[in-house]
Amino acid sequence: MTPEDVKNIVLEIIADVAPDEEIDDLDGGQSLRDQLDLDSMDFLDIVMELRKRHKVEVPSEDYPQLATLNSCVEYLTPKFA
Amino acid sequence: MNKRIVITGVGLTSPLGNELKSFRENLINAKSGIKECDIRYMGKRPAGLCDFDEFKYQKKKTRRRGTRAGSISIYCANEAIADSGLEFEQIDKSRVGVFIGLTEHGNVETEEEVYQMHQNELDYNLWSIHHNPRTVANSPAGEVTLNLGITGPHFTVGSACAGGNMGLIQGVQQILLGEVDYALCGGVSESPATFGIFAAFNAQGALGSHEDVSKASRPLCKTRNGIVISEGGCLYMIETLESAEKRNAKIYGEVVGYAYNSDASDFVLPNTTRQIECMHKALKNANVEVSDINIVNLHATGTVMGDVNEVAAVREVFGNSENTYVNFTKGHIGHSMGAAGALELAGNLPSFEDGMIHPGINVEELDPECEMKNLVYNQAIETNNVNYVLNNSFGMLGINSSVIIKKI
Repeated sequence: MTPEDVKNIVLEIIADVAPDEEIDDLDGGQSLRDQLDLDSMDFLDIVMELRKRHKVEVPSEDYPQLATLNSCVEYLTPKFA
Repeated sequence: MNKRIVITGVGLTSPLGNELKSFRENLINAKSGIKECDIRYMGKRPAGLCDFDEFKYQKKKTRRRGTRAGSISIYCANEAIADSGLEFEQIDKSRVGVFIGLTEHGNVETEEEVYQMHQNELDYNLWSIHHNPRTVANSPAGEVTLNLGITGPHFTVGSACAGGNMGLIQGVQQILLGEVDYALCGGVSESPATFGIFAAFNAQGALGSHEDVSKASRPLCKTRNGIVISEGGCLYMIETLESAEKRNAKIYGEVVGYAYNSDASDFVLPNTTRQIECMHKALKNANVEVSDINIVNLHATGTVMGDVNEVAAVREVFGNSENTYVNFTKGHIGHSMGAAGALELAGNLPSFEDGMIHPGINVEELDPECEMKNLVYNQAIETNNVNYVLNNSFGMLGINSSVIIKKI
């Protein structure tokens, strides 16, 4: 799976977890929480959806890797290999 | 009561309308809101659903996190505030309370999680992180406080199908205690989203049906065969008469009396003696005579025993009163469980203005055991004046409630 595919998967999950948010113009290098109304429960939801939909596990010590869209893609792409 | 407490706002959703005006018109015009609905595992069954706009007052994210009961509550609370004309942003939110009667809560969410777990090889690691906040018993009332920034007290009143009356009573008591100045109170139900309630009534032989789905719910009819389960909600804005007059608010009526008691006799079967005691206690509490009451709204669910027992109780109390008419609402909208008491009371409040009494419907042949004087069924009637309404709501485990509202 390419990094672009993984990015689209992450965006799809964010769109479901935060359905009121506009996600088309996200800055990949900026913190997701600075750009979107996301709280800690939303991040747990994102982790849950990765597990449920794609059987991808994100251990709690790795949660900081999900801070930005770019870091999500970098961290998750090998897990989708 | 040491304070006079009045209803100044009504917010409701039902299978027959999402505000009082259309709800009332449909009751007067003897409409049914019951349709065939898909129930998990059980196929098509008669039920009553609401079609209000969930996102009129709520963001998609909080709806996703929350519950259908919370969504119904948020809609009704916002509608009640708007209807009351209160400048809500200007008042002290720590002096507002939210008190919501429930029949049950958490079945919908728990059934869904168990179902999803079975779709995923019983992997409990997929159980939702939102399950606990969704299913705590205060959840629907708490969702209202989150939505409206209310920092006063909130809780739900678990009281089976007396919930709608009991939520209103709790609001009155909190104002009497001086805990709050305004209360959003009444009842809600999302029960059609849980198959377990349908399956349980089915197992009891008490799930209503008819080849014409609009007649599935037919209290007091000789051929009635059980309850039709509905969702709905009705929350009132209540405050003191002094507060309402000060801001020149529209007043629907004054809560002049109420009563509640317990049967202590059976898990499900009603108790006529205790119902009689409850109505007498409410009349005494309101300091009115039997003949002062112009409308009694029956709980009448459409079960064989429930209707006979309640009619016997009402006949005992009001059977000699020329001025008292008796109606019921579940033929129109089914049994909206925790919402029933509050919704059914709301349906009779406009009688103070128009003098009309809506009928109970679907009585193809009146059960001889349910005959009583001044029973209003199948067709609305017009009276000279309606000054007092007594609203009955009863529930399982033997909980009875009666509320009396006076025209102002």
